[in-house]
Amino acid sequence: MQAAVKNGVPGIDADCGGSCSCATCHVYIKEEWLDKVGQASPTEEAMLSLSSDRKDNSRLSCQIPVTEALDGLVVTTPEFQF
Amino acid sequence: MRDVTSDQESKQSKWSMVGKDPYSMPIEKIDLSHPGIWRANEFLPFMERLRSEEPVHYCPESAVGPYWSVMKYKDIMEVDTSPHIYSSEPTIGIVDSFEEFILPAFISMDPPKHDEQRRVVQGVVAPANLKNLEGLIRQRVCTILDELPIDEEFDWVERVSIELTTQMLATLFDFPFEDRNKLTFWSDAATAIPGGGVVSNQAERWEALQECFAYFIRLWNERVNEKPGNDLISMLAHGEATRNMPQEEYLGNVILLIVGGNDTTRNSISGGVLALNENPTEYDKLRADPGLIRNMVSEIIRWQTPLAHMRRTALVDTELGGKKIKAGEKVVMWYASGNRDDESIERANEFLIDRANARQHLSFGFGLHRCMGNRLAEMQLNIVWEEIMKRFHKVEVVGEPERVYSSFVKGYMSLPVKLQPLDWSGSAR
Repeated sequence: MQAAVKNGVPGIDADCGGSCSCATCHVYIKEEWLDKVGQASPTEEAMLSLSSDRKDNSRLSCQIPVTEALDGLVVTTPEFQF
Repeated sequence: MRDVTSDQESKQSKWSMVGKDPYSMPIEKIDLSHPGIWRANEFLPFMERLRSEEPVHYCPESAVGPYWSVMKYKDIMEVDTSPHIYSSEPTIGIVDSFEEFILPAFISMDPPKHDEQRRVVQGVVAPANLKNLEGLIRQRVCTILDELPIDEEFDWVERVSIELTTQMLATLFDFPFEDRNKLTFWSDAATAIPGGGVVSNQAERWEALQECFAYFIRLWNERVNEKPGNDLISMLAHGEATRNMPQEEYLGNVILLIVGGNDTTRNSISGGVLALNENPTEYDKLRADPGLIRNMVSEIIRWQTPLAHMRRTALVDTELGGKKIKAGEKVVMWYASGNRDDESIERANEFLIDRANARQHLSFGFGLHRCMGNRLAEMQLNIVWEEIMKRFHKVEVVGEPERVYSSFVKGYMSLPVKLQPLDWSGSAR
């Protein structure tokens, strides 16, 4: 999320500034990366469930710390943020 | 039903802080729940003192009983995102006595019930659906603005803010246009303090709501037999997840949508005009670059904070900002204060339409109860300002606004203005 906001990536609003409480940094993780990115916490699940664009590969990007292992990660954004 | 109003009214003079010096009174006497300072527009220095001296503040005695006030952005965020500690049940209102309003509405529910019910209706105000309504909303905004008098004083609240939000609600529900003023009345009645001008007692209030319910049940029955449309009622009547919902759930949701979509947006439309008049440099910036409208709309919503607070109730003994809060105690998050907290928002006491991170404000709340209609509100305000800027050099405030007597709904009863046309060449501001 921080990387997206700092680089002005459109479609990431991040209204709460990265504290998993607004669901406006919603992204879809490309399938082959799902394992490496890991699972959403219950809090994140609850926030994601508020979005009508929620899919199986949905995550809130503020809850994905970028590590070496995620170098090359591919995500897409929904048409609308909640 | 018990009429609690007269009781409250009689206490009001005793509790009012209007005209008092916020810094010389004992801090425990500060009571933000009293509507007086909100109508008198004197609340800011009281909030400022609490933020700096006692950001989690206990008011032991007030017309609405004892309660905690949470003043700082970060503490509010913590309360709002901890539903397992701070419950939205039984009510999110600071007054306990409005509980006869028993329709199921997810705003005053905790998970998991909240999540299930909200999921059912949130789709109706999701951006993808709003796109279908944008054209019609814009067309109606244009008609209202085109009919306004130029260079002649009128009340912006009545002619524009109320008319626009009422028409938008009617558009969203595909509500019979000629009856649209009923929506405004029902919305005002649902949150009214009896005796405050809208209804004179609880019985009258209940009568208004019964009329509303009968009307919306009729609309459902009509729409369910028609082809699916883009309006909210049709979507609920035909939607897979909603078409079998119990009637009282449907009505609870209708009321929530009517109230939530009405005076919040109405007061942000008025508040924006006032803020630009009080900050002429910002109005100049806007004229120079109407591309700032989207960012400005977020700033207007922060600046106005159309709902000053939300209330929670502690479920367990807990600690916040070094204070010990006991289970069962009332905890009030003052969004209006958190939005002016300069530890979290840079230059928080300035209205800056081009501010960075303008979207990071508390007006929609955060966490599971975050405003469901936030995108709709932003869309409405964007359209209004785009069309205003195409038509007028300035919407000039020419007198004092009259503010709402409420510590919850932060808004305006009237705002006298004059319009300056685009080719305006006067010299005065």
